[in-house]
Amino acid sequence: MIGVYHYMILSAIIFSIGTFGVLMRKNAIVIFMCIELMLNSVNLTFIALSRHLQNMDGQIFVFFVMTVAAAEAAVGLALMIAFYRNRESIDADDFNMLKW
Amino acid sequence: MESILFYLFAFVAVFSAYYVTKSRNPVNSALWLVTTFICLAVFYIMLDAPFMAAIQIMVYAGAIMVLIVFVIMLLNLGTTTKGRYARARVWASFVSILMLILTNFFIRRSIPTGKVGDVTKQMVESYGHTELIGKAMFTDFLLPFEIASILLLVAIVGAVILSKREV
Repeated sequence: MIGVYHYMILSAIIFSIGTFGVLMRKNAIVIFMCIELMLNSVNLTFIALSRHLQNMDGQIFVFFVMTVAAAEAAVGLALMIAFYRNRESIDADDFNMLKW
Repeated sequence: MESILFYLFAFVAVFSAYYVTKSRNPVNSALWLVTTFICLAVFYIMLDAPFMAAIQIMVYAGAIMVLIVFVIMLLNLGTTTKGRYARARVWASFVSILMLILTNFFIRRSIPTGKVGDVTKQMVESYGHTELIGKAMFTDFLLPFEIASILLLVAIVGAVILSKREV
């Protein structure tokens, strides 16, 4: 029988893969997608525990996480477009305009 | 039956999540990410949360992924394959495996309390999941809901201002 532990271990695995991608890749959009992966694994934990504890609050929280993720996607991608106009690249190495 | 379904979809989710990080082409990463999102939607259905599965498909696999793919194509990144940092794979694997071990340790050690709320499976089936969520959102969580609407407005204005050529 599948219990809450299975879901939590699965979301821990997906979260670790997201961390792996954030640390390994150079392309800012792929890093962004890996952050979305991490957000989703946390959502899975919220919903699994919400079912386990028979409480609705976790799912409301998932709703707000999705809202914030949508806002983050819009602003983050606009930032990337603005950055690409200046530097012709979106490698994470090129984000050094504040460096003295 | 449930176990077989769980392990099947868990395998697909982990596999496609790994390929999000591995694909050289960002468009391929985006498509693998959609696969992961759909697997997570299946898990939400298995966890008696069909409304969450629906908005997972609509908001994540629909709206956000369209935005990401649109930006990839707009910036013409489909062919950039410069890729990774030197020795990044070693350090990234080290950190993520350490994180996995640590989270496993805490998950194994913790014991969920026997304390449960009042939303039972029968209640979800008789009322409907969407109605329960709506009731909670418009009574207990009304202020966060309104703040979320302001957040979305600010995000719209910010995105338009940032991506304009001349302000």
